[in-house]
Amino acid sequence: MSETSFGLDPLMTAEEWMKSGRSVAIATVIETWGSAPRPAGSHLVVDGDGNFEGSVSGGCVEGAVIAEAMDVIGDGKAKMLEFGVADETAWRVGLSCGGRIRVFVERLA
Amino acid sequence: MDAANLERLNAARRARKAVMLVTNLEHGTDRVIVEGGPVDGALSDTVAAAFRSGKSGICDIDGGRYFLNVHLPPAHIVIIGAVHISQVLAQMAALAGFDVRIIDPRTAFATPERFAGIDLTADWPVDVLKDRPLDAYTAVVAVTHDPKIDDFPIAEALRTGCFYVGALGSRKTHGSRLERLKKEGCSDGELARINGPIGLDIGASSPAEIAVAILAQIIQTLRSRDVSSPKGDKA
Repeated sequence: MSETSFGLDPLMTAEEWMKSGRSVAIATVIETWGSAPRPAGSHLVVDGDGNFEGSVSGGCVEGAVIAEAMDVIGDGKAKMLEFGVADETAWRVGLSCGGRIRVFVERLA
Repeated sequence: MDAANLERLNAARRARKAVMLVTNLEHGTDRVIVEGGPVDGALSDTVAAAFRSGKSGICDIDGGRYFLNVHLPPAHIVIIGAVHISQVLAQMAALAGFDVRIIDPRTAFATPERFAGIDLTADWPVDVLKDRPLDAYTAVVAVTHDPKIDDFPIAEALRTGCFYVGALGSRKTHGSRLERLKKEGCSDGELARINGPIGLDIGASSPAEIAVAILAQIIQTLRSRDVSSPKGDKA
C-alpha cells in the first residue's frame, strides 16, 4: 500500500501528532454557499504551537482559523466560525471569491 | 473529535473502505460508520444517500443537527507492466495523491531496485488480482505491449467498472487487441471505454512525457465521470 497519498492528509497528520503527544484541534468545513474554495468536509488540523496541515479555504481565512483553533486547544470548547464577504468580519478576513463558509473547530480528545 | 474515532476512521480509509464520521453539532460528539455497517433508524436513509453521492453535508434529524463527513476510497492506479514509463508514472501519480501499484510477471523488469518505494508484484495479473480485486475507484494502465500480460487485466477492468482503462500501443496494435477482447466476450460498449492509444494527445515522446499524458487523462476521466449512479455495483 502506498503511503504517499496519505502523506499530506490532514486526518492522518492529526493521528500522528496525537500519538506523538501533541495537542490537536481539527477544523472542518461543514457548510458552503456560493463559490467557496474548499468543499464541505475539508480539514485543517492545528497543534498547540500553531503548526498546521490541510486547508479550509484557498488560504484566505487559514490565519484566523489557526488562531481560533489554538484557543479551542486551550479551553477545550468547540467553536463554529463563519467567513464570507457579506458578514461583519469581512473587513478583517474574508473570501475574495464571494463565497461563504462555516467551519467547525474542535479539540481532538 | 474523539481520538479513538479518528483512529477507526483512518484505519478504514487505509483499508479502502467507504467510511463516514457523523458529528452531532450541538454536543460535539461523533461516531464512525463504515459502509455496510449497522445504522439505527432515523439516520439510515441519509447515511445511505451520502455514501452513494460521496457528498458531505449537514442534516437535521429528530431535532438534532449532524454533519456527515463522507470519505470514499482514494482513486487507485494499477499499472500492468514494470517498464520505463511506469517508473515515472508511479512517482508522479503518488505525488498527485493516487495509490499506485505495479504488476508484471517478468522478474527482470519488476525489480525492487527500479521501483524503490513502489508497491510492486512480480506475478501474473490473473493471480494478483484475485487477492486484491479491481474496483470502481481504480484506473488500470496496461503498458507491457504483451497480450499475454495485458489482455486479462484490461478485460477485468471493463468487467469491474474501473473508472479508467488505458492500453499502450499503436492504432494497429489496439485494433487487434479489440478483436481479441471481443472474442473473449467484451461488448462493443465496454471496448469503447478503453483509451487506446493511451494518454491525452499532447505530442508526448519520452517515457516521462507519456507518463504525463497518461496521468492527465486519468485525472480528466476521474473528474468528469458520471456520479449519478452508485459506484461499485458492477463488481
